[in-house]
Amino acid sequence: MTPQPALEGALRADLIAIAYLIASVLFILGLKFLSSPRTARRGNRLAATGMLIAVLATLLDRNIISFQWIAVGLVIGAIAGASMALAVRMTAMPQMVALLNGFGGAASALVATAEFFRLEMHPDLTVTTDVAVSVMLALLIGAITFSGSIVAFGKLQEVITGRAVTFPFQKTFNALLFLAVLASMVYLVISFEHEWVFLVFVGLALLLGVLLVIPIGGADMPVVISLLNSYSGMAGAAAGFVLRNNALIISGALVGASGIILTQIMCRAMNRSLTNVLFGAFGAQAGAAVAGPVGDRTVRSVQPEDVAVMLAFARSVIIVPGYGLAVAQAQHTVRELASLLEKKGVDVKYAIHPVAGRMPGHMNVLLAEADVPYTQLFEMDQINREFERADVALVVGANDVTNPAARSDPSSPLYGMPILNVDQAKNVVVIKRSMAAGFAGIDNPLYYLERTAMLFGDAKKMLNALVTEVPNV
Amino acid sequence: MVGELLIAVYVFVLAMFIGFEVITKVPTLLHTPLMSGSNAISGISIVGALVIAGRVDSPLGTALGVIAVVLATINVVGGFLVTDRMLSMFKRAPDDGK
Repeated sequence: MTPQPALEGALRADLIAIAYLIASVLFILGLKFLSSPRTARRGNRLAATGMLIAVLATLLDRNIISFQWIAVGLVIGAIAGASMALAVRMTAMPQMVALLNGFGGAASALVATAEFFRLEMHPDLTVTTDVAVSVMLALLIGAITFSGSIVAFGKLQEVITGRAVTFPFQKTFNALLFLAVLASMVYLVISFEHEWVFLVFVGLALLLGVLLVIPIGGADMPVVISLLNSYSGMAGAAAGFVLRNNALIISGALVGASGIILTQIMCRAMNRSLTNVLFGAFGAQAGAAVAGPVGDRTVRSVQPEDVAVMLAFARSVIIVPGYGLAVAQAQHTVRELASLLEKKGVDVKYAIHPVAGRMPGHMNVLLAEADVPYTQLFEMDQINREFERADVALVVGANDVTNPAARSDPSSPLYGMPILNVDQAKNVVVIKRSMAAGFAGIDNPLYYLERTAMLFGDAKKMLNALVTEVPNV
Repeated sequence: MVGELLIAVYVFVLAMFIGFEVITKVPTLLHTPLMSGSNAISGISIVGALVIAGRVDSPLGTALGVIAVVLATINVVGGFLVTDRMLSMFKRAPDDGK
């Protein structure tokens, strides 16, 4: 016999490793290109090409004997994934990302499961401690990512209540559950046998994922999906440790880092610590009463005609959209109004608060979909200096992120939260249904300022009225 | 010789640093596509799933592998496509140059 097959095998393995290196480089370049909207699309395609290379190279693996089931899986997955991607509405993007996170986590967990059964069924294979630890970690993180993401999906899709679900002794119960998970994990790492212990471990991990997400209120979902995004990366990296696959480890680490950064940004924007978001059960009672004195303070209510005049004669207008705008499906109407104003020579900009949507950067996507050029979209730190020079700040469907009490009133629950300095504009117009308080149930002193005019009504109707009135000015 | 595990840990730690460096430069404007796109990248576990689905060692292994391939493919294809769809919407001022 010649050593030919072994040589050929080694060559193949090297080829695959090189392909994975190329894929990893393409992922990093892809993410790098996301630093500008001009190159972002190319970046995404680079990353997708990297993935294609990784998949094709894997098919060269000597361990793969049958391609039949692989083909079935790829076809079903590709059709399902493509139809989801093409059908999803931009407002539903948080759910979509939550679901995809969950699938990614599940895939990593399944890889680890298959590896456990293979090693367990072949007692002749030695299982080193680090492989055992990697298998259990990939499973644990993958399972938590999966069940947690499904719950987050349910909350966002409003299949289950968006409120924080709490029950007595919740934290104690979760702590005990966590200990049980840990105990079964340690047992499995040491013994690496007994399928029933394994199944109990998987069950407990899934339950833990559910219980970690249900006490988190709907408004905190941006943090949760960012965190789950990070978990899905970590699960992938753990699976990479199981298979000793550097491509998995690198990609997992990149995604893990991305999720951590986004989680931090979201927490900072809401002025909350991660612990507070995860365990604070914020928003357990929805629709809390208006806090603070409403008393003798009065608001100035105006008609669309008045606002139309104000806007048409302004030199610069800053539009402050909140999620209420998206709920009212009024992104296109606001864009129409902006175009009319621009024709009259008004300088229009949009001020986007980091938590304006339901996930990081969501509002930007919603406005981009309505053909608002991204050159008009400004993030908080860029635009805050410009409010004092703006003639009109038009607030649509945003509340807490414009509350000046966050800056000035240490007794306010919002105190310290970074806000848009809407109150510094020369005139403020707020389109709002009624005087009901925002999600956090906190009164907004902005509405009582002398320079603030309230335009009461449905966001879309009022914007439509403005679109009709502005050309008549 | 440095152990295999240690090399893997090296790779992981260094990749985390690259991740932090690259991703802090992504503007908030693009954070949603960043999430869906990085999400698609985390579907790289498809690579592990493919081997398990194709190695035919036990029916259970194959079944787990195929399910993993389906889920990871949804993750990858759905993630990259939806990111592309979103990014195609980001335009500079369309009225420019008239």
